[in-house]
Amino acid sequence: MIRITTCIKQVPGTTKVEVDEKTGVLKRDGIESKMNPYDLYALETALKIKEERETELTVVSMGPPQAEDVIREAYMMGADKGLLLSDRKFAGADVLSTAYTLSQGIAAEELPDLIICGKQTTDGDTAQVGPEIAEFLNIPHVANVTCIREVKADGIVVDMDLPNAVETVEAAFPCLITVEKGIHQPRLPSFRLKMATRDREVPVLSMKDFTDQDETRYGLKGSPTQVVRIFPPETDREKETWQGTGPELAGRIHEKLVAEKFI
Amino acid sequence: MANIIIHQNKITSREDLLEVCPFNALEWEGDALVTNAACKMCKLCVKKGPEGVFEFEEDEIVVVDKSLWKGIAVYVDHDNGNIHPVTHELIGKAREMAAKIDHPVYGVFMGSGITKKADELLAYGVDEIFVYDHEALTHFRIEPYTAVMEDFINRHKPSIVLVGGTTIGRSLAPRAAARFRTGLTADCTILDVQENTDLDQIRPAFGGNIMAHIQTPAHRPQFATVRYKIFSAPVCVDPTGVVTVCDVEEKMLESRIRVLEVAEKQISESIEDAEVIVVAGRGVKQEKDMAMVRRLADLLGGRVAATRPLIEAGWAEPKTQIGLSGRTVKPKLIITCGVSGSVQFAAGMNNSDLIMAIDNDPSASIFDIAHIGIRGDLYDILPDLIEKLEATEKNVCTADLTA
Repeated sequence: MIRITTCIKQVPGTTKVEVDEKTGVLKRDGIESKMNPYDLYALETALKIKEERETELTVVSMGPPQAEDVIREAYMMGADKGLLLSDRKFAGADVLSTAYTLSQGIAAEELPDLIICGKQTTDGDTAQVGPEIAEFLNIPHVANVTCIREVKADGIVVDMDLPNAVETVEAAFPCLITVEKGIHQPRLPSFRLKMATRDREVPVLSMKDFTDQDETRYGLKGSPTQVVRIFPPETDREKETWQGTGPELAGRIHEKLVAEKFI
Repeated sequence: MANIIIHQNKITSREDLLEVCPFNALEWEGDALVTNAACKMCKLCVKKGPEGVFEFEEDEIVVVDKSLWKGIAVYVDHDNGNIHPVTHELIGKAREMAAKIDHPVYGVFMGSGITKKADELLAYGVDEIFVYDHEALTHFRIEPYTAVMEDFINRHKPSIVLVGGTTIGRSLAPRAAARFRTGLTADCTILDVQENTDLDQIRPAFGGNIMAHIQTPAHRPQFATVRYKIFSAPVCVDPTGVVTVCDVEEKMLESRIRVLEVAEKQISESIEDAEVIVVAGRGVKQEKDMAMVRRLADLLGGRVAATRPLIEAGWAEPKTQIGLSGRTVKPKLIITCGVSGSVQFAAGMNNSDLIMAIDNDPSASIFDIAHIGIRGDLYDILPDLIEKLEATEKNVCTADLTA
């Protein structure tokens, strides 16, 4: 049997967020939450492996108590176990401290053979958490995976997408992969599984369950990056109308193309 | 640790208190108001909550001795020794910032058979290029590449490390940043440096709907990734820098990843993936004039698309049709040539980043959606534009290696 852990995150249901101009804080009132869409591909990849061979699939998420919802959703898609990492000590975490918290949560029990992460999240867009988890667990990682070629007893053969080539690599277990959007079409949650997993627990771990009890490595204190401020981007391009002779217009177009770095 | 302290005795009314927090991080625990794990430490409750109830307790942060970290390093991104131009752009930005704080600019170049290629980077103004040339570094595998980066950072202690936001860079940078337990800001669109060597990093979040200004005030090195074509390549200089070949130790090369096969990728022909599209519309009068449109697309590294009437006339491939009955595209640049802009056509392209429309009919509806409406005859404009583009020299520095 192979053991797979998939990392999932609850994100706002829309990316159309606004900034409060006065306080510089995100307005999130009444925004629905959902599972990060990129994580659905990670979950589906794990479920496809599970269809082929005996697998125990665990999903892990870090977030507030409400993040239990995305773990329940993963149950409805076919995950066997869930783990929610939730503690007010994790509050204000940046990428590094998020990845460290997840690595501690994943390592709290026996390390799985394979960890699968989505490409990135829709709220942070950093695509960094996967590789950083692998670093903290001291295991190899392969990013930009577009295809699982073979799952062996002691490793996995995958295609890694590079700009000009596709590299087929074999990574020994335990290892971590991040998968591209579109690797498999994610399935919908099933009503049958919803009923079957209704009473299944979602275990919650907090810092006291981790090996590393050093508070300075979690939450805001464990975050080297600080958001100085957030602000709305410059508004849409102004509309312009150009008139003139052919050569004049050609000259202006040329200048614009240079300025916008198309040449 | 940093904390939100809630002074329960200052709470006069329980009403609406939970609504102060947009992240639902406030809750009642019996009679006491507490924060839960959803708290982002955004301090909004301190700003907006009732007077005196919320207080933010600051941490004492241990700050590294920043004077021990000197230099701005650029990871040299390449494919078999062919240096990715994002590297040049990062060198340009590194030089600009290094001049402000009087730091050197370094290049970190790892791969196999690349030493002779290092010279060409000197013309971009790098002070010192550290080359790690070893057969085992031929293909990108994460553990050896991270180990080399670690070796470079330990030996030279750069204040800032800039990495291109390429497939490799986006895998390597977080791994290396985590090894040093330091901060990394991905996909920065603006970078600047303060006198105390703190890096100001601005990046979009939430799909570009929010901009965030980020600093790494207490840790070094400061990692940032930047995508291609965000910054400009620098003006070439007379090379004064040096190339230093570094030892690659066996222990750096340990890896649990084996590369089995490298297949060249079939570059997709589909217009959906193109960053630049030039569209021909009914303003193109004869089939042979399609060559002019095609030439413009080629010069911009883009693809040609067409509107429905031209597809029906057989002047272009059906899979290059844009619109409701064709494909939907969202390129960085779309130039329409003689396209009137029907609703059906617009639906297939109106989310493009920059729309430049050339048409001689001032009432054409394409001008309603174009960012830049160019009122003129494409037969007057395109030949001149093509001539100008052909004459534009690429900004490539060539070091005078005979000197």
